[in-house]
Amino acid sequence: MSRMNGQAVPATAVDTSCDVLVAGGGNAALCAAITARRKGASVIVVEGATKFYRGGNTRHTRNLRCAHDEGNEILTGPYSEEEFWDDLMRVTGGQTDEELARFTIAESKELWDWMTDTGVRFQQPLGGTLNLGRTNAFFLGGGRAMLNALYAEAERIGVDIRYESPVTELEIDNGFFTSATVGGPAGPYRIDARALVTATGGFEANIEWLKEYWGDKADNFLIRGTENNRGSILRLLLDKGVEPVGDPTQCHAVAIDARSPKFDGGIVTRLDCVVFGIVMNNACKRFYDEGEDIWPKRYAIWGRLVADQPDQIAYIVFDHKAMGMFMPSVYPAIEAPSLRELAGKLDLDPEAFERTVTDYNAAVREGTFNSQELDDCHTEGLSPPKSHWARRIDTAPYYAYPVRPGITFTYLGTRVNREAKILMQGGRPSANIYAAGEIMAGNVLGKGYLAGIGMTIGAVFGRVAGKEAARHAGN
Amino acid sequence: MQGTELQQEAERQITICNACRYCEGICAVFPALQMQRSFAAGDINYLANLCHNCGACYHDCQFSPPHEFAVNLPKTLAEVRNDSYAQYAWPQALAPLFARNGLKIAVLTALSVTAFFIGLIVLNAPGELFRAHLAPEGFYALMPHNTMAALFGAVFLFSLVAMGMGLRAFWADANAVNTVASSSPSIWQAIRDAGSLRYLDGGGAGCFNEDDQPRDNRRLYHHLTFYGFLLCFAATSVGTIYHYGFGRIAPYPWWDLPQMLGTVGGIGLAIGTGGLLAARRKRLPDLVDQRATGMDVAFILMLFLTAVTGLALHILGGTAAMGVLLAIHLGVVFSLFLTMPYGKFVHGFYRFAALCRHAMSRRHGLNPAPPDRPVPAAARISGG
Repeated sequence: MSRMNGQAVPATAVDTSCDVLVAGGGNAALCAAITARRKGASVIVVEGATKFYRGGNTRHTRNLRCAHDEGNEILTGPYSEEEFWDDLMRVTGGQTDEELARFTIAESKELWDWMTDTGVRFQQPLGGTLNLGRTNAFFLGGGRAMLNALYAEAERIGVDIRYESPVTELEIDNGFFTSATVGGPAGPYRIDARALVTATGGFEANIEWLKEYWGDKADNFLIRGTENNRGSILRLLLDKGVEPVGDPTQCHAVAIDARSPKFDGGIVTRLDCVVFGIVMNNACKRFYDEGEDIWPKRYAIWGRLVADQPDQIAYIVFDHKAMGMFMPSVYPAIEAPSLRELAGKLDLDPEAFERTVTDYNAAVREGTFNSQELDDCHTEGLSPPKSHWARRIDTAPYYAYPVRPGITFTYLGTRVNREAKILMQGGRPSANIYAAGEIMAGNVLGKGYLAGIGMTIGAVFGRVAGKEAARHAGN
Repeated sequence: MQGTELQQEAERQITICNACRYCEGICAVFPALQMQRSFAAGDINYLANLCHNCGACYHDCQFSPPHEFAVNLPKTLAEVRNDSYAQYAWPQALAPLFARNGLKIAVLTALSVTAFFIGLIVLNAPGELFRAHLAPEGFYALMPHNTMAALFGAVFLFSLVAMGMGLRAFWADANAVNTVASSSPSIWQAIRDAGSLRYLDGGGAGCFNEDDQPRDNRRLYHHLTFYGFLLCFAATSVGTIYHYGFGRIAPYPWWDLPQMLGTVGGIGLAIGTGGLLAARRKRLPDLVDQRATGMDVAFILMLFLTAVTGLALHILGGTAAMGVLLAIHLGVVFSLFLTMPYGKFVHGFYRFAALCRHAMSRRHGLNPAPPDRPVPAAARISGG
């Protein structure tokens, strides 16, 4: 009897072999494992995490973006390949491999049926996400529920799933994979396989690696997802001559509650209230236009903005008028009856704090406040300005949320071709190594983010990798 | 955890759910909690009674233990729910009955009442207890019908009043802070939602019981139990109407309404409660109120015994065992009626009221509860 939240018994430390070895345990890994098994291959999945934490960042996802010609009982209308392509171009500014991107979009049309047939259930768009109801299919119960369905199907058809089994070494000779060493409580032992699918995510949880690009700032980063995305497989592959893709210095970073856990705080730590207040650093200085554009278009720049502030911390400050106008989050706002007392609670200089708010209040030109459009409430003669939704912060009680950069994912990955085969430096495809998911998402998403596209890339390339790996193993 | 501490823990978890919303499509609890920002004790009791304990959100939750956020809504709401029964009990002096040893109380009551009946029969009709009673009036030679009707009627009436008072307290508490923006009740919607156990299916995937697979059959067993109980109740009611309205005295032939209803209902009740008891034994401990007092087991067991002794009476009514069987059956039913307002039976009333309030608030919305105001749609749009 399997107990979801309990610890699974680790596999015994006996050298073994199979047709297709899948490293990783998220959406891409399971799509690959299920597809390969359905093609008749023997498949072992080695997941570094415990059973509860299986699936890495897939646990924190909630939807999948897929092109479709018609709406259905959940998706509210058609979403053409061309529109999907336009959306992708908009967010990446053209930093994408057009062939792979168009392939991903075309293949995304099959995902609804494939997921549904595999046991995944969808639901109406969640409260506050109606803007995604046409383009994105939301998992009933979220990403962990979706993973549970994939794992149940994988187990049913005979995929050998091993938890707490991180890959520590790969035998790769001139682009040809022969075996992997598995560590963890049961290791070390060896698994020989005819093909390897790597679906082990990015390296955003590896603070030391982040520090190579960010310096000591990275010590103050919070990681929104799994602690297990340390990029160890990515590092092994790059060290063995695999061609990288994506800017290694870049990551998707949003501003999240500074009180969040170091890892795995997930969706509930996000704060959507920047547009309703002002944001200052720990010297009580504002540093960016809080009302530049509607929040969904700007939320992803605030992680980087906060990362550039002293000690990588900032404070969203607002008053009673704004309370309740944004999505609730996990921690209560810090509250005080006066600005000076609020500054005291935040450990900031009360005079500087009050002066920043007073200067802002003096610059506010209130018009007709409307949170649903770019309204005419703005500041004059203030630098930086607040272009919209500017209202005086003058009604007690006063509130603040401390925020830090919250890292969602990294862009560096392995270059692949349409068969999901990784390319060696010089562009030659590996004979039998495939990649799917966040580890290769940078091929398609070179910059920015489009809600639900991580799952699209993972599912499309997971299925392709599984099919191609099984075919290779069968030859 | 108890009382205020438990309420605070529930509020902590509900706040996380309100920020996440991934489970919105699973059941009524999540859309209901999303209509509010702050949660008074009455709100939490309402949400707890809206929860059907299907377990889906526990297995779907990325924040359930061992995650440090430790969200386990089914278990926490089960604890709140069990406490709420005692909190709303009437008269309050009897509330401690919920708290301890529900099973012992029920069994003890049944035993004592059985003894009481046997004693009564022996006194009333010495020597009759073990004699076969094949004549139509045999039944009531042992226990005069008027005595029986008066005794059971009084207990039943008391139970109804007690449960009505509890329901009133629950409703007042649920609406103490956050009120529905209309007083027109949504009874029909609640009847459909309760009658179909709409929210005992994990949003479509199914319920969870002993493990992480949605293959639980509690919904089926509950249907058999509930509708079986209704049929048995109908059988008794029809019999009473026959007796007083038409002068038709029991026993009735097998094809007559009281017999047919009672037989079918009794079989359903026996299978349903048996299934529920078995499911209860296998249930994943993570989802169970570990302070368990035996209250739910006692209730299911009493229903099971009602069905089994009733069926036995049907089959063996013409034999020498009839006297003892009748005493046991009446003892069990008497105990069931007596303990109704102080046991798991009340869950049906509070669940129904919660479903009714939920349907009302979905249709009409909630009145704004100061200091929080309703959230404009666009402001709630979040990224990613």
